[in-house]
Amino acid sequence: MVTNTDSCFEQRLSKKFETNNENPKHKILKVRFLGAPFLLIVMPIIQTVGLTKKFGKITAVDNLNISIEEGEVFGLLGPNGAGKTTIIKMLATLLEPTSGTAIVNDFDINKRPDKVRESIGIIFQEPSSDELLTGYENIKLYAMMYGLPKDKIESRAKEALKLVELTERKDDLVKHYSGGMRRRLEIARSLIHRPKVLFLDEPTLGLDPRGRENMWNYIGNLVKELKMTVFLTTHYMEEADALASRIGIIDRGKIAVLDSPKALKRILGGDLVTIKAKSLKVDELKKLSYVTDITQEEDETKIIIENVSQNLQHLLSVMGKIESVEVRNTTLNDVFLRFTGREIQEEGESGWFDKIAQESTEKA
Amino acid sequence: MNLSGIRAIWQREMLTFFREKPRIVSAVINPIFWLLTFGVGLGATVDIEGINYEQYIFAGILVQTILFSSIFYGAYLVWDRRIDLLKAVLVTPLSRASIFMGKVLGGVTFSVVEAAIILAFGVVINIHYTLYSISMIMITVVIAAAGLTAVGLAIGSLMTSPEGFQLITTFVIFPLFFLSGALFPLENLPPYLTVLTIANPLTYIVDLLRSLLVGLQYFSTLENVVITISFAAIATLLGILAFRRMRA
Repeated sequence: MVTNTDSCFEQRLSKKFETNNENPKHKILKVRFLGAPFLLIVMPIIQTVGLTKKFGKITAVDNLNISIEEGEVFGLLGPNGAGKTTIIKMLATLLEPTSGTAIVNDFDINKRPDKVRESIGIIFQEPSSDELLTGYENIKLYAMMYGLPKDKIESRAKEALKLVELTERKDDLVKHYSGGMRRRLEIARSLIHRPKVLFLDEPTLGLDPRGRENMWNYIGNLVKELKMTVFLTTHYMEEADALASRIGIIDRGKIAVLDSPKALKRILGGDLVTIKAKSLKVDELKKLSYVTDITQEEDETKIIIENVSQNLQHLLSVMGKIESVEVRNTTLNDVFLRFTGREIQEEGESGWFDKIAQESTEKA
Repeated sequence: MNLSGIRAIWQREMLTFFREKPRIVSAVINPIFWLLTFGVGLGATVDIEGINYEQYIFAGILVQTILFSSIFYGAYLVWDRRIDLLKAVLVTPLSRASIFMGKVLGGVTFSVVEAAIILAFGVVINIHYTLYSISMIMITVVIAAAGLTAVGLAIGSLMTSPEGFQLITTFVIFPLFFLSGALFPLENLPPYLTVLTIANPLTYIVDLLRSLLVGLQYFSTLENVVITISFAAIATLLGILAFRRMRA
């Protein structure tokens, strides 16, 4: 939509389309065309409107309203069972919402699921490549399902395999691939029809730390080279921090907070001082002007303060006897803790790769 | 319907099937084992209407093979669903009907391959083929396999976990098979068995094949043909409906 405007109108219009900062529904660009000022209103590529999913009495996704701009890497961060996969499944038209809807690439997921499917690619949490097919066969067959013309299938498949560095292994059966290679193959597969939006559901679940870092590089390069919009879910803090330009922290089906990783960390307003002490006068500490937040867990007290270099000395001096003190930068983990009241689950997680390993041991 | 998509689904089934050796071995050995033990064993003492028992049940064994392979092929879908294989297909723009038809084609192909192996074995027990009879038999096999695969796919799309597999044998395959006249003639059955047998579409498929193989039939050819084709058509329609409603 392009509208001619003056500054007053511009303000009114901006106000009309304004929501809150965390959740811009429309991006308004000021452009000049033939000497006249215009406002260019860019519709988001994904927009959910009261998206809700209930399974019986449990509300998995609760009235979700988010919008994602074209070319953005959006990360949905939350513990297992927070509703991340359910959201992706609804956006990818695999699951019907209980109420509400979403617009993906100009099409309503409820009304035109076929059109939505044409413009998206998705990588599931669990491996979905055929083990008894070679890497190349997997990609070729999906290219056929997306209706690519014959002469394009081979060149696109080769190009996609090259992008994920699987050219040399393309004629091996997928069952001989490592976990990381399977993931890469699925990335290649999901790109074959050049989707506008790529959904990644826990893209590094079950990979070892090296595999995870490699995967981040691949995803990062993809975004740069293909200028795709990426919607990813993860329960790894570092992953969201490394990849996403904006992060929505989700807990129990609701977005707790949504902003850029930097801004999220800034919300906590400073650095984290962890104090171990027998008796602390928490109420008095709260009155200090540079203290932004205090949380207490058993004998540990976590204090977030502004401007550590100036204020730490004073903070410690008013505290009396303490056993230990630790100072570090705030992380997304702290943000998560602050907004959901609990730690994100990181360890003891069995990813799909472990599950496969387990299953094959059971068979043997 | 999307032809290139249907072909892709079918090709995938072919490639994976022929790489799974145990599946092929059991598909070939099973029917021959039945013929040798049941047919030849009983056939030594029993004959029906002047025909050797192993020749009499040959049509029944053929149908049994198609029945097992088609229903299980279709119901195998539940496994595809559990490991995310099918989801990846469902997010492509292919319509559910196209995916369904690709799968049915796969099931039909397997059945045709298996039927060919059994029919070749028929020469050993003195079944006489003509070009006409063999083409009619193959056409019947294709139609029957399409219907039965559709039933299997419908079951697979309704099931939620592979644990129910045993129940399919008990409640679908065995009743269909034993009440089809595959192993015994339909004359002189107690009334309740007659009713159940007449209500079973498989009965007409067996009868049609038996008339083509050894020239024996209970119903008229027209009845057999009409019911066989209607069964396949209705099963396919119901299968597509079930596929549309299937949750990923």
